Amino acid sequence: MLFENLDLNICAGDIVQIEGANGSGKTSLLRILAGLSLPFEGDVYFQDKPIAQIREQFHQNLLFLGHLAGVKGEMSAQENLEFNLALHGLDSSSAEETLSEVNLLGFEDALASHLSAGQHRRIALAKLWQSRSPIWILDEPFTAIDKLGVKKLEQLFLEHANNGGCVILTTHQDLSFDDDRIKKITLTYQFY
Amino acid sequence: MINSQSLSYKAAFLLIIKRDLTIAFRHRDDILNPLLFFVIVVTLFPLGIGPDSTILSRIAPGIIWVAALLSTLLSLDRLFKSDHSDGSLEQMLLSPHPVFILVLGKIIAHWLLTGLPLILVAPLLAVLLHLNENSYGALMLTLLLGTPVLSLLGAIGVALTVGIKKGGVLLSLLVLPLYIPVLIFATSAIDTAAMNLPYSGQLAIIAALFFGSLTLAPFAVSAALKVSTN
Amino acid sequence: MWKWLHPYANPEVTYHFTGKLMPWFSALAAIFLSIGLVWALAFAPADYQQGESFRIFYLHVPAAMFSMSIYFAMAVAAFCSLVWQFKLSDAAASAMAPVGATFTAIALITGAAWGKPMWGTWWIWDARLTSELILLFLYLGVMALHNAFEDKNLAGKAAGILTLVGVINLPIIKYSVEWWNTLHQGATVSKLGKPSMTADMFWPFLMSFLGFAFLISIIICIRFRTEILSRNSMRPWVKTLLLPSTDSTSPSAVGEK
Repeated sequence: MLFENLDLNICAGDIVQIEGANGSGKTSLLRILAGLSLPFEGDVYFQDKPIAQIREQFHQNLLFLGHLAGVKGEMSAQENLEFNLALHGLDSSSAEETLSEVNLLGFEDALASHLSAGQHRRIALAKLWQSRSPIWILDEPFTAIDKLGVKKLEQLFLEHANNGGCVILTTHQDLSFDDDRIKKITLTYQFY
Repeated sequence: MINSQSLSYKAAFLLIIKRDLTIAFRHRDDILNPLLFFVIVVTLFPLGIGPDSTILSRIAPGIIWVAALLSTLLSLDRLFKSDHSDGSLEQMLLSPHPVFILVLGKIIAHWLLTGLPLILVAPLLAVLLHLNENSYGALMLTLLLGTPVLSLLGAIGVALTVGIKKGGVLLSLLVLPLYIPVLIFATSAIDTAAMNLPYSGQLAIIAALFFGSLTLAPFAVSAALKVSTN
Repeated sequence: MWKWLHPYANPEVTYHFTGKLMPWFSALAAIFLSIGLVWALAFAPADYQQGESFRIFYLHVPAAMFSMSIYFAMAVAAFCSLVWQFKLSDAAASAMAPVGATFTAIALITGAAWGKPMWGTWWIWDARLTSELILLFLYLGVMALHNAFEDKNLAGKAAGILTLVGVINLPIIKYSVEWWNTLHQGATVSKLGKPSMTADMFWPFLMSFLGFAFLISIIICIRFRTEILSRNSMRPWVKTLLLPSTDSTSPSAVGEK
């Protein structure tokens, strides 16, 4: 059993950081919130309706980034991003300029199999800049990203939250926001 | 800032087909291997049974169809495995587009890359097995209607086993019993054609299986994918 | 209208309820089987054409009928589990699967045993036996899929989807096998079907049928209760039931703000 009696309320404008030791269930919690995993008992609600009933609407309002980048080695960076954008109902023609936001300009036509894991990560993150979904659920978004990139992402998260979106993320790094800007949820082991 | 726009089914469908075809063409082995398997398996039968053309032409429909079943089975792995392991499948399940459309697109792309080449190569193999001349039309028609059914039903099996290690072995056990009706009616149609009798009844049943699986399989596949990516 | 069923959605209630049923099932199974099988195998009249070997009919036909009906029962349980998320349906389906598979195997073996005196071969590709063989593969597929998942909930869902796909295909497979059989009917007419039964055949048949029904019920009950216990092993009522004292250490994470 990973966790029980969990009762969370996340509102527009929240930045929520889920903390905990490795294996304490952070990724599982994020996947349950995104609707990818089903909890043993309990429900996730979006706008007072269980997400299973309003699947399409919930997915239009959600952007999820998991551990895996979702990047196909056989396609170029730009093709990957175009597909990802179109898959989420966004305009894919902006793919090229979006790649510059993640410092992949010059690599647009490189096949993803020739790119590093960090670059895959950045292709996956690129869609954040085009996203119109208010809810962002991000699992370790800063993995393999350099300091400048982290700063840029933090700035993006802050803007997104201030515009009425919410960001739920897990990270091992310390976020440079003010303490009262973030809500922290800590998952700890308990023996009984 | 809440989003709600309606998205076109057709756009999503074409998007997925284009993507899967692009990936497959950059990875040509995936297309050629099952095809070669098909040819080699068929070639093994005369070697195992003897070159007597009366015997071969009697069992040719069965050989070609069983070989088609087996090579489809071999090719099914590719349908969801790589998407599952690099995280693309998750993103597809979280897309605002309905999952069954994306699934249908993937299955049709799979058929274009697997079933269609089989259909094109089959007449050649029929010659090798001395198939009765009257049967060629029936062979092509049964393959045309039947191979999509193989892709559709096979997709259910792959969707259930994609998260399991060594799921490929289990896949045959799950899928081959489901293939039996298609096999029975297809080979019967080809045999009936050889006797110059009408075989539209068998074709109608295969067509019914096709439409039935076309409408129902994508939903079973979506449900199975949600379980496999849990 | 279904309100009287609501308490049974609780595993503990169902566990104790089935516990009460078990002695009845055992007793009835013992009675019917002993009367029915002795009557059928020793005292019922031998068949006019087939002689003593006909007696295998009293084992084969009930086994075949139950192999089908258990599969349908599994499909109903799978449907309930997928549509209404009843966790107990999952447990029921996985309890039923091996029992159904065993009875399918019994049907196949008794069918083969019947075949030897009838047609001189151990196997014949008649419609009934071929369908039973395919049914066995369907059962084995469901069981293998269930075992391949570590998480029992996911295993139940996956096996449930496969069972539903199988149950839709089952009539299609049966029909196509029967049709295939009529196509390729050789000189030997093979009919393992139920011949028209006279009264002195009907009663032993009914007895052994009921005997098997209760035997299956008791086996499924035992398996079902074991499944309930293993799936609810974290709950306090299971701990008090199974352990003399409740002090177990288990790590778990608890969320707190």
